[in-house]
Amino acid sequence: MSVLVIAEHDNSKLRTFSLNSINAASKINSDVHVLVAGSKCDNVCKEVAAVSLVKKVLQSDSANYENYLAENLTPLVVELAEKYTHIIASANTFGKNFMPRVAALLDTSQVSDIVKIISEDTFVRPIYAGNAFATVKSNDKKKCITIRPTSFDAAPTSGGSSSIEKIEAIDVPNISKFIKREETKSERPELGTARVVISGGRGMQSGENFKLINAIADKLNAAVGASRAAVDAGYISNDHQVGQTGKVVVPDLYIAVGISGAIQHLAGMKESKIIVAINKDGEAPIFSIADYGLEADLFEALPQFLEELNKLNTIQK
Amino acid sequence: MKILVAVKRVIDYNVQIRVKEDGKGVQTDNVKMSTNPPDDNAIEEAVKLKESNKAKEVIAVTIGEEKAQETVRKALAVGADRGIHVKADSYIEPLGVAKILKKVIEKEKPDIVFMGKQAIDDDCNQTGQMLSSMLGWAQGTFASKVEVKEKTIQVTREVDEGLETIEINLPAVVTCDLRLNEPRYASLPNIMKAKKKPIEQLIAKDLGVDISNRIQQLKVEEPPKRKGGVKVANVAELVSKLKNEAKVI
Repeated sequence: MSVLVIAEHDNSKLRTFSLNSINAASKINSDVHVLVAGSKCDNVCKEVAAVSLVKKVLQSDSANYENYLAENLTPLVVELAEKYTHIIASANTFGKNFMPRVAALLDTSQVSDIVKIISEDTFVRPIYAGNAFATVKSNDKKKCITIRPTSFDAAPTSGGSSSIEKIEAIDVPNISKFIKREETKSERPELGTARVVISGGRGMQSGENFKLINAIADKLNAAVGASRAAVDAGYISNDHQVGQTGKVVVPDLYIAVGISGAIQHLAGMKESKIIVAINKDGEAPIFSIADYGLEADLFEALPQFLEELNKLNTIQK
Repeated sequence: MKILVAVKRVIDYNVQIRVKEDGKGVQTDNVKMSTNPPDDNAIEEAVKLKESNKAKEVIAVTIGEEKAQETVRKALAVGADRGIHVKADSYIEPLGVAKILKKVIEKEKPDIVFMGKQAIDDDCNQTGQMLSSMLGWAQGTFASKVEVKEKTIQVTREVDEGLETIEINLPAVVTCDLRLNEPRYASLPNIMKAKKKPIEQLIAKDLGVDISNRIQQLKVEEPPKRKGGVKVANVAELVSKLKNEAKVI
């Protein structure tokens, strides 16, 4: 039996998290099939077929699948599930939205947000916002799994030439309708996927002072984050919040500025590869997890930081 | 319109989680418990709909041990009309929770079910979607704005790319994001009044649904500890280390 990955795309391009899902799936079973359900999604199918880890692409084309409404996608996945041992998607708002609907109809207990595969039925997943890790064994016959994209490398996008099989679309319940999507317009990368994140906390003292953070973010092509304290104080909008009640980020470089390091914030960033802390309080808990700590007044340190960055000939983007 | 809100009692989000030495879970003895944060948003939204005369009745339901009633009591104190406590002495997976809620819903016949998008203990993010699916209803997950119309609700959803707006038929399940609203605090008089509001008690295992767990928790571990790093003397040293040692810029 094979494993089925549900691809996320916008009908013209595959979203990169699908590549992480494909790689994770291939660690369970090498016979990876990928469902591309969409509307006029030929290009996405070609893109997936070129991924060397993919053995077969299933294309289901219908206007009903254009906006991947969970109510419409679920019946198709449930019907296909019969032939697969594992149904896999990424644990982002795409996979989280529809996978439990599929699991419920298959009477399967979903394993959410796995970060490690031990065997075909045993996985590691974070609980309590990453403050503990549980090793769990699924005893269901069929497994519905969402994977944490940042915990698995992306599958290489070339070298494959799998077949594309057309699948009939099936009836949808017509109980939900897509109205619109407003993509966050920002010159900066998305917080959840940025390679570098620089965050400000209560130590920033005002929203105006975030311009010091923004200048460095522009230089490093970084996303801008914030602690809950900074958001609660009104310095910056909610969607920048990193932490247990905000976004969980795993960048290569995380720079915490004027952030003391409350548990709730650490839960959202402590898996980052390199952590830098800039804080004038040398006893701040953030220093205990920082790879590089700078005990300094941020209002002096940030302009100097920018100056030093300007001196570098090259900066990784 | 009748609204049902599902709430869960979890370890308070400000508590430092400690893994038990035997690896069988996390410490819950003498630990502060409270309502799962986005469930407070769910209650708030339901109460607001009642205040604007769009909803007639708000019912708060929880599943769990005796003390889980506290979360229902809190919901009653901020404006829910009555409560249901489904007593269960051990952990039930989201699949089982959804089956129990479905039973309650078949009896109560609400038009909207609100709950938090995710519980901050097991972090599954499944119950609302599973419930909606079992009922054959529509869902609006990660809701940061809801507009209730006569036969539909318009839900603005927090998705990875930004905001998505959908219109879903009633009845429906809506899972709430923290940005949906600002949950109120209960006033002392309302806390007193809530003590007189009725809470019906049901027993989970008597509801005739299969709530057996399918997932075995083999062990629970502390996350790998980050080894304490170094302090740098100045900004120039920091940039040099990031460039030449960590190689991240």
